[in-house]
Amino acid sequence: MSQNKNIRWFKGKVSFLLDTKAIKVFMILLLITALVLIISTALGDMNISPLSVIKVFFGGGTTMEQLVVTSFRLPRILVALLVGISLAIAGGILQGMIRNPLASPDNLGLTGGAAVAVVGFLAFFSDDKNALTVSIKWMPLAAFLGAAIIGILIYLLAWKNGVSPIRLVLIGIGISALMDAFKTLMMILGPIYRASQANIWITGTVHGSTWGNVSILLPLTIVLVTIAMILARKMNIQELGDDVATSVGVHVGRQRFSLMMVATALVGISVAFAGGIGFVGLMAPHMARKLVGSSYGALLPVSALIGGILVMVADLIGRTLFSPLEIPAGVFTSAIGAPYFIYLLFETRKS
Amino acid sequence: MLLKNNRQKVLGLFMLILLLAFFICISIVYGYTDTSWKVAWDAFQQNNGSNEHLVIETVRLPRALIAAAVGSSLAIAGVLMQTLTKNPLASPDIFGVNAGASFAVVIGVTLFSMGNFQAIAWIAFLGAAIATIGVYAIGSFGREGLTPMTITLAGAAVTALFSSFTQGILVLNESALEQVLFWLAGSVQGRKLDILTSVLPYLVVGWIGALLFASKMNVLSMGEDVAKGLGLRTGYIKIILGIIIILLSGGAVAVAGPIGFIGIVIPHITRWVVGIDHRWIIPYAGLLGSILLLIADVLARYIIMPQEVPVGVMTAIIGTPFFIYIARRGFNGK
Repeated sequence: MSQNKNIRWFKGKVSFLLDTKAIKVFMILLLITALVLIISTALGDMNISPLSVIKVFFGGGTTMEQLVVTSFRLPRILVALLVGISLAIAGGILQGMIRNPLASPDNLGLTGGAAVAVVGFLAFFSDDKNALTVSIKWMPLAAFLGAAIIGILIYLLAWKNGVSPIRLVLIGIGISALMDAFKTLMMILGPIYRASQANIWITGTVHGSTWGNVSILLPLTIVLVTIAMILARKMNIQELGDDVATSVGVHVGRQRFSLMMVATALVGISVAFAGGIGFVGLMAPHMARKLVGSSYGALLPVSALIGGILVMVADLIGRTLFSPLEIPAGVFTSAIGAPYFIYLLFETRKS
Repeated sequence: MLLKNNRQKVLGLFMLILLLAFFICISIVYGYTDTSWKVAWDAFQQNNGSNEHLVIETVRLPRALIAAAVGSSLAIAGVLMQTLTKNPLASPDIFGVNAGASFAVVIGVTLFSMGNFQAIAWIAFLGAAIATIGVYAIGSFGREGLTPMTITLAGAAVTALFSSFTQGILVLNESALEQVLFWLAGSVQGRKLDILTSVLPYLVVGWIGALLFASKMNVLSMGEDVAKGLGLRTGYIKIILGIIIILLSGGAVAVAGPIGFIGIVIPHITRWVVGIDHRWIIPYAGLLGSILLLIADVLARYIIMPQEVPVGVMTAIIGTPFFIYIARRGFNGK
């Protein structure tokens, strides 16, 4: 274990292992994240040179550049970054908890629950003239509640002298089928343009994000990611199996519940602001595992950055490639995610 | 096992046939357009072209027959899948058959601007077949081969994959969304009888095939090794069962769109009624499947009258609690 460095602070009261290789990878990814962020801010209907973008960050640049960068582009790019981070960490947690590489927020029904909440929100709060009776600002809250209710419901239904991962997955799959049915029902009952509005949102887009969104999303993400990181070291033990984990003193049931709730909250906030951007929660942890191995202390931060990069790139492609037509970022994450997924299935076959 | 000996089982079968006939009648008589039993009778005896008679002849009758055919096909396909994969949760919808068919339909409508029902039915068939083969192949990878867990996850994954593609296409093409939304919901409403008749040969082949291979399935369900030891060519039987599954589930989804949970619920109820002998399970499952879908379809007309709930949504609402019950019970005590 020469690649690990033991760090002790306050006479050993705070101690942790630092994986030097993981730190290198993390630094490189951090650099890439910054680059993608700058390039993404630079490109669009009006191209700005990356250098001017950096100038704007430090208060320089022309008024026009300042306007485009700070009011139009930066909020949505930051939302993309934060959403990618949240989804990736949620995916990493769920995969570790369920001990199956194919688990993800999408096929556990969490995203589905949020989607139903949104479609329901659009359907129930519309009056006869199809205008919304309440502010659209409440939609993220509805999405969050949807994901949270489904998360708790799945957990409760899977409860039978504790929660086994296999039951959690199966019940998640059943519930997500039910959510699909509800979603279709509400889309059919509502007017058609609402259906297409809901459909864009379900596919996942960061279009129309504001600084207001960032200011809600940022603190929540920071808090939840911190909790996830604190829980991470115990997840390594849980990977060994329930029996081993219990015998070395982990309260498996309690820990599983807190992990599930953190993952649900992460999915909830990201779905609330960006809709159902798919496959990020599946892909990012896998890529991270390839890079730094499966110790969660290293895995989670690395996969968070990968998730952020994925969503930012997907959004960049979506708004530039077919400009002026804007394509939801979710389409591109699926387009990358689906083939990756099949590759993954072949991979598990070999091992 | 509810029915103990063969005499009871034969009797039960007759009862179910009567019940099926009864629910077909109910489905023909009750609905938004107010009709009585007498009007329905007249519509077949001396059709005078009145609105009620027209509704019964061109809307209700096809609808009832389609619901019966689709229900039994889905149920039998579910039985076959569960036997083949030894997985109590196997069924067409969990295997991604519905998602595959939906994807194919959306592609057909957007890229090849298919308009008529016939074309949609065929392309749905194709998508269903591809998805079934895909999930089966993906699920059999892995070290442990075809375990319930891997195949269920493979199904969920393929579903996620296809449905995200479907979603992406629909976002880019709003008019297509309008066109296929009602198909995507899964419904037996508004289909003409010739859609059923064009798919019916495949369904009938599937039904008869399932009955003929019922005794072989009994042997297969004892486990691969025992079956081989008893002289069953398991590989060959599995391929035949696979083809029957594609015929039945593909045919059903082609006619009615994605309708879930019948393929899960019915096989379990059937086993509870008649035990584990597939020679009884197949006919019972077929009849019970028809009856369940007919009931769901009639209920779907009344819940939010004058609008209709798509029957696929109804079966999901009925079926999910059942699914969760089975999932909680676990596989063979595992």
